[in-house]
Amino acid sequence: MSLISVTGLSVAYGAHTVLRNVDLSLDAGEIVTIVGPNGSGKTSLLRAIIGATPPAAGQINRAAGLKVGYVPQRLHIDQTLPITVERFMSLTHRVPRATCAAALAAADVPDLLKRQMSRLSGGQFQRVLLARALINTPDVLLLDEATQGLDQPGSAAFYRQIEAVRNNTGCAVLMISHDLHVVMSASDRVICLNGHVCCEGTPAVVASAPEYRALFGAGTGGALALYRHDHDHDHDHHHEAAE
Amino acid sequence: MTRATLAGIGVAFAAAPLGCFVVWRRMAYFGDATAHAAILGVALSLTFEMSIFPGTLAVALIMALTVTRLAGRGYAMDTLLGVLAHSALAFGLVAVSFLSGIRIDLMAYLFGDILAVSRIDLLVIWGGAALVVALILWRWSALLTSTLNEELAYASGLDPRREQLILTVSLAITVAVAIKVVGVLLIAALLIIPAAAARGLARTPEAMALIAAFIGAVSAVAGLQGAYIFDTPAGPSIVCVAAILFAALNLVSWRSTSRS
Repeated sequence: MSLISVTGLSVAYGAHTVLRNVDLSLDAGEIVTIVGPNGSGKTSLLRAIIGATPPAAGQINRAAGLKVGYVPQRLHIDQTLPITVERFMSLTHRVPRATCAAALAAADVPDLLKRQMSRLSGGQFQRVLLARALINTPDVLLLDEATQGLDQPGSAAFYRQIEAVRNNTGCAVLMISHDLHVVMSASDRVICLNGHVCCEGTPAVVASAPEYRALFGAGTGGALALYRHDHDHDHDHHHEAAE
Repeated sequence: MTRATLAGIGVAFAAAPLGCFVVWRRMAYFGDATAHAAILGVALSLTFEMSIFPGTLAVALIMALTVTRLAGRGYAMDTLLGVLAHSALAFGLVAVSFLSGIRIDLMAYLFGDILAVSRIDLLVIWGGAALVVALILWRWSALLTSTLNEELAYASGLDPRREQLILTVSLAITVAVAIKVVGVLLIAALLIIPAAAARGLARTPEAMALIAAFIGAVSAVAGLQGAYIFDTPAGPSIVCVAAILFAALNLVSWRSTSRS
């Protein structure tokens, strides 16, 4: 059974419908990426899934007792709010210091416990966000353009880490990304969104789909091929599971 | 004098944690607006010859809820607050002028009259303060998460709108109990100045709230002493002490950061 299943979802703001009749399902252990141009309803879809936007139509079902880890698009911490990394890690559930330190070490940002969140670099900040989302061993990790503000090597490293998390913990990942060519190679399935689901499938299928090319042009197809070349570890079984 | 001091400390304790959220969420104007609306509550209470606490509480609540409702409907928050706050204040002042027969000391409500605090007032103040502190302690973690990021709160199974409502209601209660102590015009100061003064000393949100409570209480005690010695108005004296502490603490932390 799917961890999250969305059927016939529509989302509207007033009279303006941003998403129409979207179906989506997320199974254990798979990485699904949602791509789409600006205004295609990617963020609305994610907001509906976390319950921040009520659906105008359709249903969103979560498996019972599903634990969700969420990495927001941009987290602005007001200058007036002092908060250490350690405190931030325990934001919603109190976490022992040792667990906290281990989670940060796993996210490749050790020794930050006592630092102020506002003093972190962009890359450190995103890794702390990811570590916090993972600290309660979620079944599903949701990421909303989590690499905003990172440079290309930074975001490539970030996605490699997400892939590692999935491989190590079996946690399913649903993410929105604008880094088309970087992110797609790590995904089992890509959903191309533009108010509705234009096309979906393995990265290779989507990249060659006419609907995708119409939205993004053919250029990224080449970049995808290049990128896949240096990232060809074997997760073929996941592809099969996804189809 | 003891009663006045106790009243001041009570308000400081409620205002400190609430003030931190007001500062973090950039709602400073919100405190102002609620407080200005309270004058309308005072006028209504006097018209119906009842005690001013329920009247100010009701109007402050209505004001706070209206603002929360209207937020994000085409007007920027500060515009909306500017319209509502000053309209409520103006209607309140006009309403007060219709009250013939009773001579009321408007100054007492604008600037507070802490020295006239009665035993019952004190009970109301401490009761209200205890309620606000309890509400905020109960929802602390949820409030903090919602303040940091709305989506993060939703994803954690919280409803940021409910947390906002809790803050709004707490603010209305604080305004209603504080009106006697510092008055309508200076309530926002008691919310914001201790929290702002505590910022430089704190490394965590909890520490900031505690330090703010301490600064608020010190301001209340020292302000009242000062008012007694120099024969100055009590409410403004409390705010002056808080402002001096704010400046001093900022100077200290500015010097220590520029040296390191």
